[in-house]
Amino acid sequence: MKFTRRDFLTTAAKGALITALPAGAIKFLGPDEVRADIDSSGKVRWAFLVDTFKCVGCGLCVKACKNENETPYGAPVTRTWVERYIIKKNGEMLADTPLGARDGFTDNKVRGDEVDPKDIGKAFFVPKLCNQCDSPPCVQVCPVGATYQVGDGVVLVDRSWCIGCGYCIMACPYGVRFFHPVHKVAEKCNFCYHRITKGMQTACVDACPFGARKIGNLKDPEDPVTKIVLTERVGVLKSEYGTKPQVYYLGLDENVR
Amino acid sequence: MKSHAWRPLWLILGLVGIILLARPLVVPSDFGTGERGFMYGYHRKSNEDEWKAFKVKYRTKEYCKDCHQENYESSMSSKHNAIQCENCHGPAVDHPEEPAKLVIDKSRAQCLRCHSYLPYEQSHRSKIKGIDPKEHNPDMECSMCHNPHKPNLGG
Repeated sequence: MKFTRRDFLTTAAKGALITALPAGAIKFLGPDEVRADIDSSGKVRWAFLVDTFKCVGCGLCVKACKNENETPYGAPVTRTWVERYIIKKNGEMLADTPLGARDGFTDNKVRGDEVDPKDIGKAFFVPKLCNQCDSPPCVQVCPVGATYQVGDGVVLVDRSWCIGCGYCIMACPYGVRFFHPVHKVAEKCNFCYHRITKGMQTACVDACPFGARKIGNLKDPEDPVTKIVLTERVGVLKSEYGTKPQVYYLGLDENVR
Repeated sequence: MKSHAWRPLWLILGLVGIILLARPLVVPSDFGTGERGFMYGYHRKSNEDEWKAFKVKYRTKEYCKDCHQENYESSMSSKHNAIQCENCHGPAVDHPEEPAKLVIDKSRAQCLRCHSYLPYEQSHRSKIKGIDPKEHNPDMECSMCHNPHKPNLGG
C-alpha cells in the first residue's frame, strides 16, 4: 500500500484536530456533578461572618454554645472560643484564651502577668469556630466515613460511627476538633445544625449582644452575610492551606492565626 | 494437582467471601455517597436527621415575651436591649414545664464580662462604660444598686 502525499496531509490534519480538542470536551461528568451543575442555584450554603471590631470578649457566645451543645461546662474543650491578641509597641505578641473565654476577659492579665496599657500597640478579640471548609481535610482523613459534609456545607460527625481514632483532630489546621469527654468521639462545631435547619440562628449568634457573629446562606444573594462577603473586605484564616474556609472575618489582623 | 500454593489461596478466597457476606449486615443500608461525592460526602444518611433532632435549649426573647411581657418591655427599652434574657437567666429549654424555675446568674462576674474596663482601643470593648472591679465597690453585687433590666442608677 502506498502512502501518498494526500494521505499524509489528511492524517496530519486529523491528528492536529484531535490534539486541539480541549480535555473538557471528552470529559464525562458523573451524575453527581451534573446534578450539582443543574440545581446549584436556590439551595443553601451556610457561611459565617465574624466582625472582630464588634467583639468585646464577653464570652457569652462560648457559655451559650457549651450549654446548647452539651459540651461539659468545666472541661477545657469547647466548640467555639474567643482569643485575645495584644500586640505590644515593641512587636511582642501576646495571645490567650483562658478556658476558651467561657467566663469572658475581665482583667488585663495575660497568663497571670499584668500588661501595661502604655505598652499596648493594638489589642482585640477574635472569635473562632469551625470554618465548614469547602475542602475539609478532617473529612478526607476519616477512615470509617464517620465525618462528612452535607450538601449545605456543614461538616457533621456521626457519633455512632466514629471510632475515636483522632485523625481528624490532627488534620484540622484550625484546631477546631476535640475529643468529646463523655461520648468518647470526635466533636466539633456544626453551626448548631439543629437550629439553622429550623430557621433559627446558632446559639452563639443569638447570645452575642454586639452583632459580632452572623450566620447566612451564601447562595442567597439577598442574605446580609452574602452581601457583606461580596462587597466588603473580608479575610479568612490560613487560606494557604487550600481548605477554602467559610468563616469570613472583618478586621482580621496578620497576627491572627 | 497438589500444590502448597492452593491452601493459602483457598483461605484468602474464603475470607474475602465471609467479608462480602457480612458487609451488608454490618454496614447500615443508608450508608452511601452524599451530595459532596465520595471524598467528602460518604456517610450514613440518617445521621443528618439525628443531628437535626438535637434538643434546642436557647429559645431567644421571642419565647419569653408572651408570659414575661413586663420584664421583656423594660429590658427592651433599656441600654441592655441587645442582651438575650437567657444570657443571665439560663437556657429556657421547655420552661415552664422543664425546668420549672430557671437559675438566674446575678454574679458580679456576669456583669464584668463586659463592664470591667480594658484599655483595648481597637476593640469595641473600650467604648463600653467600664469599671475597675478592684476599685468599684469590690464586695458588693452589682444588682444591689443597678437594675440589670434598667441599668442606669435610679431608673
